[in-house]
Amino acid sequence: MVNAMTFFQYILLGFLVVCAISVSFSKKLLNSILIFMSYSLVMSIIWICLESPDLAITEAAVGAGVTSVLFFVTLKKIHAIDESGTKGEKESMIERRRR
Amino acid sequence: MSRMKSEEEYRKTKAFHFFRWLSGEKDPYIGNLEMKPQEEYIGEETSIRDRMRESQTVMDKVYNTKHNRWLLLFRRFYRIMAVIFCILLAGLLLLTVSYLPPTGNASNPDNNEVASRYIESGMQETGAVNIVTGMILTYRAFDTFGETNVLFIATCCVMIMLMVEDAELKKQEVMNDRRFEPKNDAILQGTAMILVPIIFIFGIYIILNGHLSPGGGFSGGATIGAGMILYASAFSFKKTQRFFDEKIYKIAKVSALCVYGLIGIYYYVTGANGIENHIPLGIPGHIVSAGIIFPINICVGIEVACTMYAFYALFRRGGL
Repeated sequence: MVNAMTFFQYILLGFLVVCAISVSFSKKLLNSILIFMSYSLVMSIIWICLESPDLAITEAAVGAGVTSVLFFVTLKKIHAIDESGTKGEKESMIERRRR
Repeated sequence: MSRMKSEEEYRKTKAFHFFRWLSGEKDPYIGNLEMKPQEEYIGEETSIRDRMRESQTVMDKVYNTKHNRWLLLFRRFYRIMAVIFCILLAGLLLLTVSYLPPTGNASNPDNNEVASRYIESGMQETGAVNIVTGMILTYRAFDTFGETNVLFIATCCVMIMLMVEDAELKKQEVMNDRRFEPKNDAILQGTAMILVPIIFIFGIYIILNGHLSPGGGFSGGATIGAGMILYASAFSFKKTQRFFDEKIYKIAKVSALCVYGLIGIYYYVTGANGIENHIPLGIPGHIVSAGIIFPINICVGIEVACTMYAFYALFRRGGL
């Protein structure tokens, strides 16, 4: 009962490790950005547990908010997020490249 | 003797996959990751000719030292001066380092005096209840000024690379941007309508209470910037341009940095020469108190909010 907070922190740290690994192993770039976003969110809660609320505010605003939005905009600009209509064409292009 | 697995069976195990991945025989991302193959660039003939002519003029003017004696002399002078400058700078830095006390010495001021001084008399000297803000904006205001400059330079670099100056191209970029935008998304707009004012007010609260409660210029500015990004993505850039266009952006950004610089110069000069400065500290705990921290927090907040929003707008369509 005394260590309820510590237990909670361990769970959060576990989340952190899982997020960090799955960012690099997820196959879609969109998914990696979403996982990266949740990584920042968990990190900001950990900052609060470590008693530094100013860092938590900054982490939530910059890490979870602005950085991911910039990533999304960049993905849209390089046409990595595409409609499903053009998917067949793209796959055929990748296939051609592999050969 | 242990039983050997057959080749077929071994191929199904995790170890086989792991060692195949380790030796790099198969790239797991080829064919699975979303990627777009690069298209071959085909330039027009006139542009190629233009580029060749330009490179020829550059070769003649900059690299042709045989027929240009002044250039040769200047280049030698430049090299010698560069070496001398580097040696002087290194010497100056080494000279300064030689005055510092040795590292790891137990009687160094940073090992015993500095931290306790910050904690014990921080509140009387800076007037800030929040010691962290008091530290980074008065004792170490020079560092924070450098960080603000870094933000300014970063936006300048992004502007140089991504800003679209040409009017025709700009119009085209805006049209392209509108094609991707969700038009009048009810959920997004309804959420933004409720959330954006709260986010703005929270950001302003963080900035104004930087010396009393956790937070400060950077966090509050980032919050306001995120709120502006939400507003722009929900209601298109036309709505944000009514209160924040390029002209206001320039005025806000430059004046915030200049005000910070002026306050900083006054503070450094009086502090370095032991002159008493005339900025009243006020009563600790009041909103208008803590001397220079209050205006500097506002300046940093404006700077950061402008930077965040400008990054988004420049990434998205090459202009505010």
